[in-house]
Amino acid sequence: MTNPSDRVISDIAPGEFDTGVSSGRKVFGNVMTGLVFACVAIAILPLASIIFMVIANGLGRFSPAVFTELPPPPLVEGGGFRNAIVGTLLTCLIGALISVPFGVLTAVYNVEFGRGNKLSQFVHFCTNVLSGVPSIIAGLFAYGVVVLTLGTFSAIAGGVALAVLMAPIVIRTAEEGLKSIPRDVRQAAVGIGATNFQSVFSIILPAALPFIATGVTLALARAAGETAPLLFTALFNQYDAKGLREPIATLSVLIYNYAISPYKNQQELAWVAALIVVLLILAVSILARALTSRKVY
Amino acid sequence: MTSLTTAQQETLIESSSKFSGVRLTDRIFYWLTVILAIGIGLVLIWITYSLLSIAIPAIASFGLGFLASSTWNPVQDVYGAFPQIYGTILSSFIALLFAIPLGVGVAIFLSENFLPRKILTPIAFTVELLAAIPSVVYGMWGIFIFIPAILPLLKWVNNAFGWVPIFSTSPSTRQLFAASLVLAIMILPTIIAISRDTMISIPPQLRQGAYGLGATRWETITKVLVPAGLSGIIGSIMLALGRALGETMALAMLVGNSNRINISWFAPASTISALIANQFGEASGLQKSALFYEALVLMLLTLAVNVLAEFIVGRFQQVE
Amino acid sequence: MTTNPSTQPNARSSMLPESDVVIQTENVSIYYGSFQAVRNVFLDIPKNRVVAFIGPSGCGKSTLLRCYNRLNDLIPGARVEGKITYQGVDLYDPKVDPVEVRRRVGMVFQKANPFPKSIYENIAFGARVNGYKGDMDELVERSLRGSALWDEVKDKLKQSGLSLSGGQQQRLCIARAIAIEPEVILMDEPCSALDPISTLRVEDLIHELKQQFTIIIVTHNMQQASRVADYTAFFNAEAGDGGSRFGYLVEYDRTENIFNSPKQQSTQDYVSGRFG
Repeated sequence: MTNPSDRVISDIAPGEFDTGVSSGRKVFGNVMTGLVFACVAIAILPLASIIFMVIANGLGRFSPAVFTELPPPPLVEGGGFRNAIVGTLLTCLIGALISVPFGVLTAVYNVEFGRGNKLSQFVHFCTNVLSGVPSIIAGLFAYGVVVLTLGTFSAIAGGVALAVLMAPIVIRTAEEGLKSIPRDVRQAAVGIGATNFQSVFSIILPAALPFIATGVTLALARAAGETAPLLFTALFNQYDAKGLREPIATLSVLIYNYAISPYKNQQELAWVAALIVVLLILAVSILARALTSRKVY
Repeated sequence: MTSLTTAQQETLIESSSKFSGVRLTDRIFYWLTVILAIGIGLVLIWITYSLLSIAIPAIASFGLGFLASSTWNPVQDVYGAFPQIYGTILSSFIALLFAIPLGVGVAIFLSENFLPRKILTPIAFTVELLAAIPSVVYGMWGIFIFIPAILPLLKWVNNAFGWVPIFSTSPSTRQLFAASLVLAIMILPTIIAISRDTMISIPPQLRQGAYGLGATRWETITKVLVPAGLSGIIGSIMLALGRALGETMALAMLVGNSNRINISWFAPASTISALIANQFGEASGLQKSALFYEALVLMLLTLAVNVLAEFIVGRFQQVE
Repeated sequence: MTTNPSTQPNARSSMLPESDVVIQTENVSIYYGSFQAVRNVFLDIPKNRVVAFIGPSGCGKSTLLRCYNRLNDLIPGARVEGKITYQGVDLYDPKVDPVEVRRRVGMVFQKANPFPKSIYENIAFGARVNGYKGDMDELVERSLRGSALWDEVKDKLKQSGLSLSGGQQQRLCIARAIAIEPEVILMDEPCSALDPISTLRVEDLIHELKQQFTIIIVTHNMQQASRVADYTAFFNAEAGDGGSRFGYLVEYDRTENIFNSPKQQSTQDYVSGRFG
């Protein structure tokens, strides 16, 4: 028996190794490839079904009236939900007014000042944990903090609940945007005697704007579809809310209330509302994607 | 050598007075960002505290026995969370059962070059859009389309395998199993996104090494890539679990809201968040407090899962 | 006078036949955390001269350069030991305002890094943050003329600075640096990303700028050092205890001496290309 290390390739007898890939290995590969393609089909099918169904069921009732009229009482035909459209815009706006400055400045701390120190690691951790807080908990939080304080359900309470859910999204995308700016640009600004404040507001934030805009649109898209945080904060209102400190209708709560209602007209309105919300969110998601591609650096 | 005049030295050592406003703004700005950064931690504490403060009467009345009691009786003002905890965990478990193989399969598809990039990118984007659909729309889709479509299949399962306890009741139109399937679709994007990022970030040498040894594509995937990315995949599953535990609207609309435990998956059930969504409007006094107690349980449950996920994903990123 | 504890010969390299010294570097060591990047440097920078720092990668020349305007402050864990004085003031005195230091010691970076703003705003920004009250249009024109860019951009001042070519961007960055009228300009391999023609223009510019400014330039290109610098400092890197490399100053002299009759063998090896 020769020492194995003395063997050369030509010594290896034919058949000692499989020539080519054996049929068993090929079958395994083909089956697995088939399985992943099936996985993709199964994953995409619900999306296709949802979009198709929302359009098929919603388009029939889609008319200017839904934007201009109020929801009718049960058993009355027609109507719309202008109050809910206004309510969704208003609660989202309040959510953005709170979460955007908060989120952007937190991101500024993490990227510009903290740079991986203990506090910024802690903030990073808290951001991730906060993004995992169930949306209904955000609603209960706003109920305890705002509704009980003001003594009434309101657009403000709804906005606060949404802000809790929007903040982590804004922080993350703003951080990404700030990190995308080359260190040299930062140093150049500081190098000609700008303070951090001047460099952040005049140079860095404007350059990171596409990212921040993406974050804000994604956060708005999420907020526009949220229902659970609004159930006990904004509540619902059959009519136009007359102020911020009053219960207010929103599209998502309207969908919930009307989808589980037995009345055909209300179910139809729920589909139209779903159509509007889904199209809005899809449009915003695609817009957000387009925004990120407009990077400065 | 020349030295600066005294006046010039002063401006170098301490900024000249004309900049004091600018410097002050800078300090204020810095501290503002610090306060807001700390604020994010405070918000978490504040959320937990606000739940706790309203839950206190219920905690005082029922203690930890609340978690094991199956009574939910607003008439006698006696409450227990066990059926909801059971429903929350079981629905998340069933959802994961379906979402894990599907999600990892799609992640493999999107990270390996089965198809050209030009086709993969839109598919990846489409899958991301699944996460953008509001949960209330999933709920409505479940009521009107998904459950009616799947009910015949479940009836057949009940007929053929009715002797298995979990399939033992005739499928109800609002039930745990179908609701869990919708939940599986909802958490799919979370698993796909993070698993895919993990697989893509595996060093190319590993892949080339496996191919270089004569491994086929699938041997490389199953024996090298999936094990290498395992902690990222597990992290994605944990995050998806966190999302499933807290998901509200779809379950409130589909699960049936029965506060009794039924061993059959085809029967109505309840979850913590579905119970809160359904009962909060009419609740007051001790019942409201009990709902906050349930919310606190949910908060701690998701917190634990998310913190664990953080550590797992974080550990993977450090290894890179 | 302190003795250099470095293991290297030629302990004190900073003696110069110049009386007008702007920056004094006395026994400076620079650390990143526990890692020592630069060890025991003595070096004096004369006024209105061009000083080149040359040496192989990792010899700490850029690190040292960034100490002169305290840009290393921005890197977590960076620490300077020893003393750097600027016109007699200790730059690392706790009372010194780093923002003010950076206004007087300007910097041009390896890769042109204009702000994502118009050409005009790129220059006006620095002037504005430094409280410039004069005629901004005039300052912009003067700075752009000073960096030999005016004729190329005078009709498109509102365009983004990022729309210029690489060489133009670098001259814009030089214009930006001189607009705030510093006394010293630090240049960190300003031509390494430029084509030969743009490089030549920047080198011509350096010659002109020296009338007004003191310039320290880090370069990988020995021809460039010999073309632009009055004095040249050669740095080398060496493995220290535990195997981590640190940089140190080998020799500092008039440029023609460094290139024609260096005192150290390693300098001779490096400038004649027999290095490594």
